[in-house]
Amino acid sequence: MTAPGQEKLVISGLHAAVDGQEILKGVDLEIGRGEIHALMGPNGSGKSTLGYCIMGHPSYEVTAGSIELVEADGTRHDLLAMEPDQRARAGVFLAFQRPMSIPGVRLADFLRHAVTNVRNPDRKEGQELMPMRDFRSELKAKMADLSIDTEFARRYVNDGFSGGEMKRAEILQLAMLRPKFAILDETDSGLDADAVRLASQSIARIGGAEMGILIITHHEQLLEHNIPLRTHVMLGGRIVESGGPELAAELHKRGYERIRAAYPEAAAAERSLQDAATSNAPHPVTA
Amino acid sequence: MATGLHPSAGDSSTIAIGTGDAIGDINKYDFRTDSPAVFKARRGIDAGIVAQISEMKREPAWMRDFRLKSLEIFNSKPMPHWGGDIAVNFQDIFYYLKPAEQQGKTWEEVPDAIKKTFDRLGIPEAERKFLSGVKAQFESEVVYGSLQEDLSKQGVIFTDTDTAVREHPELLREYFGRIIPPTDNKFAALNSAVWSGGSFIYVPKGVKIEFPLQAYFRINAESMGQFERTLIIVDEGAQVHYVEGCTAPMYSTESLHSAVVEIVVKKHGRCRYTTIQNWANNIYNLVTKRAMAYEGAMMEWIDGNLGSHLTMKYPAVYMMEPGARGEILSIAFASAGQHQDAGAKLVHAAPNTSGRIVSKSISKNGGRSSYRGLVRVEPGARKSRSSVVCDALILDDKSRSDTYPYIEIEEQDVSIGHEASVSKIGEEQLFYLTSRGLTEAEASTMIVSGFIEPLVKELPMEYAVEMNRLIELQMEGSVG
Repeated sequence: MTAPGQEKLVISGLHAAVDGQEILKGVDLEIGRGEIHALMGPNGSGKSTLGYCIMGHPSYEVTAGSIELVEADGTRHDLLAMEPDQRARAGVFLAFQRPMSIPGVRLADFLRHAVTNVRNPDRKEGQELMPMRDFRSELKAKMADLSIDTEFARRYVNDGFSGGEMKRAEILQLAMLRPKFAILDETDSGLDADAVRLASQSIARIGGAEMGILIITHHEQLLEHNIPLRTHVMLGGRIVESGGPELAAELHKRGYERIRAAYPEAAAAERSLQDAATSNAPHPVTA
Repeated sequence: MATGLHPSAGDSSTIAIGTGDAIGDINKYDFRTDSPAVFKARRGIDAGIVAQISEMKREPAWMRDFRLKSLEIFNSKPMPHWGGDIAVNFQDIFYYLKPAEQQGKTWEEVPDAIKKTFDRLGIPEAERKFLSGVKAQFESEVVYGSLQEDLSKQGVIFTDTDTAVREHPELLREYFGRIIPPTDNKFAALNSAVWSGGSFIYVPKGVKIEFPLQAYFRINAESMGQFERTLIIVDEGAQVHYVEGCTAPMYSTESLHSAVVEIVVKKHGRCRYTTIQNWANNIYNLVTKRAMAYEGAMMEWIDGNLGSHLTMKYPAVYMMEPGARGEILSIAFASAGQHQDAGAKLVHAAPNTSGRIVSKSISKNGGRSSYRGLVRVEPGARKSRSSVVCDALILDDKSRSDTYPYIEIEEQDVSIGHEASVSKIGEEQLFYLTSRGLTEAEASTMIVSGFIEPLVKELPMEYAVEMNRLIELQMEGSVG
């Protein structure tokens, strides 16, 4: 799908499990740098799991398939062989749906460390960080560009942040780390319409020809300023259909009934996953 | 400009330790320098040794008698049966060493071996600047000290306690051993018998010292106990911040450190006492610290404990008159083979007194940290308020944390609060940070630094930097 000679993130036949429960059942996806892809699908279809697998969350076990970075000259890098920090240094970024708070650690201090590592992939622990002056002026410019108050950088990472503030902090990190490939996991969830529009605009400013973006979302508003090259629909742990922007609009208006009817096997997988989740619950839910 | 007594904030060349290029150079904390001990007492403790120490110091009779009486008390008291396991052979310790005949008056007069030691502590170029206002205890005595002229003009006394005994007997006789009498506990009695060195500070009425006074302590003789004795008197409306820091070299045999720190803060005075101690892993650090705060006075202890085999330390504030305030902030870091039994004590002895204890502990690699604290409200101390918050962070399954909060309230009309939490570094937090390019070790260190940040930000700039470097050192090799 992607043009030859373009650097890309390639996911093939990916199966993944949590606590022995298979969630992803063969995912294939290619994203080229500079492309925007949207990933939609009902809750529990495996969208966030895909994001975690790309980033290397230790609770998610990849049981089959591959995730690779393929350079323009065809050189392949196996992401699955890398720790999360190595993946970040290789140019992969995940904006979390629910970012963790790190009390006592200022956003600016954390970000300076992260930026230093990501821009100097061979840096050893304990070596100098990016000069404070350079970092500050860059951070200040980025914050102004994204209409974020500079006071924000002095706050502790996600500690006491509102939902909207957390998402803005994620977008700021995206802007500073400038990854080759970014997965944005429901960056619009919990935001009001104005905040979604702002987020959409911010992402459009940050992205461009150098960044491949996978936008995981339930809504099409986030795509307003980020027209996806392809929209993919996930159901029961697989991508069952891909299309243009009209697909996102259809799903947003009509939901997933047509998809479920069209792909009964994936719909069955979805039901069995839901049943497993219910039977694993601490208190049995009666129907 | 009255800033000669402390390194200016942000001037990293004058940071006490950790200014070397390689932050991770653990060897820096494991070195010895051969220094000529002019007088070397024999091992063990008895009336003969105690009298000899007093004689060496040419002390007046009252101090010699105080020492001998304290020895009797020490001998009569049993070992504490709580806290940690104290395996110290009192007859196997040197109780007194004198590194040089005279206390250095100028930098040139300071013995080369001692200069070398300060070099290794990471003060390569700026020794003079650094030391110009520092009371540095080397072995058992203060070997170098100088006092800013403007301070002495204001009547401030800042000297080693031995000198104070000779030069300020009236103040010493009034306060020495009055806040912590030798009968207080076995180790206070031991210190009272064999004490040596430490700092004496007197701040006269209404004098506010705007910059921290600093001291540097260090053990440097094998199997040697260090028993410094510090006395601080803050007169009415006066103000001082005293900073004591310590790294100790590592030795193979057991070593005992047992200090006594007594502080009096008079009406509307303010005193803050900041300590960061990073002892070698074989040191028993058994310290008694107590302050008495009078009407409207404020006493703050900020206490960081790293290293040592066993630390038992519970800085106390006795609020003696209405409106007195006491605050104790403490950080403990226990790693393999270490037990930090640290805490705090607040005694409300008058109405309208208020106190606060914030304790943070980190246990790692089999280390054990315990919070042990007492809040006591005496009868009649109406409208007293105290709050205690202790948070523990446990880094792995081998490590341990305990909380022993004691609350004794003999008055109805009071407000006392206690909160405790124990947490572990979460996999989700680590994943979040590593997904941004931090290694797992860097991520853990960052989480730990964040955990203690509320206390570290109370430290003077250079000590905050030092504290963070010590934490980095402690965290090295903790992951993978």
